Amino acid sequence: MKETQSGPYVLETQHITKEFSGVRVLDDITVGIRSGEIMGLIGENGAGKSTLIKIICGIYQPTSGSVSLEGTPVEINDYIKAKRLGIALVPQEFNLINTLTVWENMFLGNEIITATRLLNKKQMRSRAGKQLEELGMPLDVNLKISDLSVAEKQQVEISKALLLNAGILIMDEPTTTLTGHEIRTLFTLMRRLKAQGVTIIFVSHKLGEIKTICDRVTVLRDGKLISIDEIADINEHDIARKMIGRDFTQVFPKKKVRTGDDIILSAEHLVSGRVLKDVSFDLRRGEILGFAGLVGSGRTETAETIMGLRPLSAGRVTVNGKSVHIQNARDAVDLGIGYLSEDRQGKGIVQDFDIPQNITMISLKRYLKNFLIDKGTELEKSSEYVRKFNIVAASMKMGLRFFSGGNQQKVYLARWVDTNPSILILDEPTRGIDVNAKKEIYDFIHSLAEQGISCIVISSEMEEVMGLCSRIYVMKEGRVTGCLEGDRITEEEIMFHATGIQGEVFDER
Amino acid sequence: MNDNTITHDNRSLWSLIVRAVKGFRFSEHSTGMAFIILFLLAIIVGWPNFLRIRNLVNILRQISYTGIIGLGMTMVIISGGIDLSVGSMTAFVGGITIFFLNLFPGDSHMAVLAAGLFAVLFGAFSGLFNGLLVTKGRIAPFIATLGTMSIFRSLIQYFSGAGNILSENTFYPEVGAGSVLGLPVPVWMFFIIAAILHIVLNNTRFGRYICAVGANEQVARYSAVQVLKIRLIPYIITGATVGVTALLWSSRLNSINSSDCIYYELDAIAAVVIGGTAMTGGKGTVIGTVLGAIMLGMINNMLVLGGVSSYLQQAAKGLVIIAAVLLQYNKKN
Ligand SMILES: Nc1ncnc2c1ncn2[C@@H]1O[C@H](COP(=O)(O)OP(=O)(O)OP(=O)(O)O)[C@@H](O)[C@H]1O
Ligand SMILES: [Mg+2]
Repeated sequence: MKETQSGPYVLETQHITKEFSGVRVLDDITVGIRSGEIMGLIGENGAGKSTLIKIICGIYQPTSGSVSLEGTPVEINDYIKAKRLGIALVPQEFNLINTLTVWENMFLGNEIITATRLLNKKQMRSRAGKQLEELGMPLDVNLKISDLSVAEKQQVEISKALLLNAGILIMDEPTTTLTGHEIRTLFTLMRRLKAQGVTIIFVSHKLGEIKTICDRVTVLRDGKLISIDEIADINEHDIARKMIGRDFTQVFPKKKVRTGDDIILSAEHLVSGRVLKDVSFDLRRGEILGFAGLVGSGRTETAETIMGLRPLSAGRVTVNGKSVHIQNARDAVDLGIGYLSEDRQGKGIVQDFDIPQNITMISLKRYLKNFLIDKGTELEKSSEYVRKFNIVAASMKMGLRFFSGGNQQKVYLARWVDTNPSILILDEPTRGIDVNAKKEIYDFIHSLAEQGISCIVISSEMEEVMGLCSRIYVMKEGRVTGCLEGDRITEEEIMFHATGIQGEVFDER
Repeated sequence: MNDNTITHDNRSLWSLIVRAVKGFRFSEHSTGMAFIILFLLAIIVGWPNFLRIRNLVNILRQISYTGIIGLGMTMVIISGGIDLSVGSMTAFVGGITIFFLNLFPGDSHMAVLAAGLFAVLFGAFSGLFNGLLVTKGRIAPFIATLGTMSIFRSLIQYFSGAGNILSENTFYPEVGAGSVLGLPVPVWMFFIIAAILHIVLNNTRFGRYICAVGANEQVARYSAVQVLKIRLIPYIITGATVGVTALLWSSRLNSINSSDCIYYELDAIAAVVIGGTAMTGGKGTVIGTVLGAIMLGMINNMLVLGGVSSYLQQAAKGLVIIAAVLLQYNKKN
């Protein structure tokens, strides 16, 4: 296993330091990547992973230090140059154009041209389709990006990078919204690429994934390089300890045994669009209810329909025993329902708003004094959330655009918490959040439930739903196919209801 | 480890100054910087006449008409829209206001007051029409207001027989030609409306929401913002500012000509763009628009004082607009 490196590294960062207006984000990072290996990159939110990757891809320029390819230092001015040097990137925040189709996005900047110098649409369509199929996502390539779910967008972004046939593939948190099924397919593909000699850098907050797929792992903490280890020499526990700087064990808070008997929200035979065919469920006071299912099974659509963000074609929603007609999110918020969308970038935060502006967006009415926003109170309350959720912010006045993905997610969560909901639907609440912060969020969801707030958790991470929820609805193709409780909450049982196939188990750990 | 508290401890005055100087980003204050540079340039080019109070007041008076509209336009552009109809709408609202005024027999101040209210309300109503086309009708703002631009102009030409509409009230010019404390009424209106809209944009829920809607409509919708309402209101505000300008303009000469106020939309939009408001929506400032409008006036004045042909003045304005957009573009990268 431990072959010694012969010759120079295929890619090496040398003493890379990066500062943003005086704040040091990366401090003297020297990492060498061996040819044909899968290098894991892990660290807490804001540790500097994405920044390091952006420097390798020419999106940012280092304050000092350099990047070498095959032992020769190279100047990478922009991503176009990086692509030409054989580096392909799957960015953490999607870089897709909403109004263009899937295939147009995938070939943007690398169009296939016919002999007569026209676009070879036919070939581009078929290659795009094939690439997606390879990822186990048979998606209609003529769909507009705006019509895709986050997981689908993620797959398009991965396929787009794969189409470049680059020698070095860098993936920044590609698995955050994928379920076990898609992740397994992705890993198969990564192994195949590796066999073909492709070098891969893989960022993830899921320790199990790192352990499963990587050859070595690099840990960053607060912009500093902590360690580079052979994966065989290190276990998940050690990785977490290095990341956080102290001992850490992932534990889900003890499940609440007792929830109220009164049903606070119930849905009967919901139908919406072409996706939701028949969904019924009920939610009790103070309960943490889970929704499981594969990508595209309609969990997000169910939440959006309840919130009035999608038209309800048939069915009935009852809140506190009263039948309600929710036309838009405002109606839902007024009824005490909140919904944290899985699509932080497209439906969650305002990139140019700062922390207070983002947090008070929905609850702004409460901050008014004689029709004017009381900015003092706004800032005070936001600072409280910054402390509570450990949000790493150089300044409260900085646009969210400049925050790391995980910190953006925490700000987004704070926005909904600030509405004081009685029902909170959380769609991928820990998307892009590091293990430590994840635990904090789990504890937090738990404390919400303790206060009698009912939560619905939708997650692509099976462990998350299983660890948090006392009851789980499983969906498949727009229908609820099962409701599991107590001992019946097992991976096998969930997968059976999600796929209809007996014995399919999520197994990349 | 996560040291995220924003500390305010023992920071000396000196370190504060150093931080302020270091933290000063040219790109963020480009409008202010451009304003100062242009002002100094105008002093030199237009020496000594430029600095005379009468000249400065005159510049302010000249820009106030389109400047006032530019203030409303700022709101529309931040919300992600545009209103091309403001020029024709000014002439239209001005004309109808004079018709309204002439309904009152004899000279009376009450009639003038009523006409003032009417102009603003009728302007707001015309703006509402634009807004409904854009929101309820789901027509792209550029197209919808291009259409109404043509409609308003054609209507005023029809009502005026392609000539003048004259007011019969001799008190009416007191509004547009009057002065208070040495400043012309239009200039007062410009500053007062600017102050109001500045507060609306920065300190009210509505102001916050137009930025949100302009930045990302989908995000706003998911955050329980009533997107259509928020996109509609800026058009009404712009209509009201058009009403104010229509009142000031028509009362100044006590008449409206059917070809008045042509190209007002260009000057209004130019002031907004030069003021640093992003054409893509989402962010902008009212103060920027005020500075932008004044800059346009200074350029004109400079060219006049410098003896440059009046035909070239539009070209100079065009160059400044392009330069402003280039600056914005560079800011993004
Ligand atoms: N353009 C920028 N301007 C200012 N600060 C920035 C900018 N980009 C990143 N930062 C800061 O750099 C730090 C590292 O961010 P980075 O995105 O690299 O973190 P990360 O390790 O990828 O975190 P996550 O796991 O949350 O994605 C953060 O504190 C962030 O606020
Ligand atoms: Mg990141």
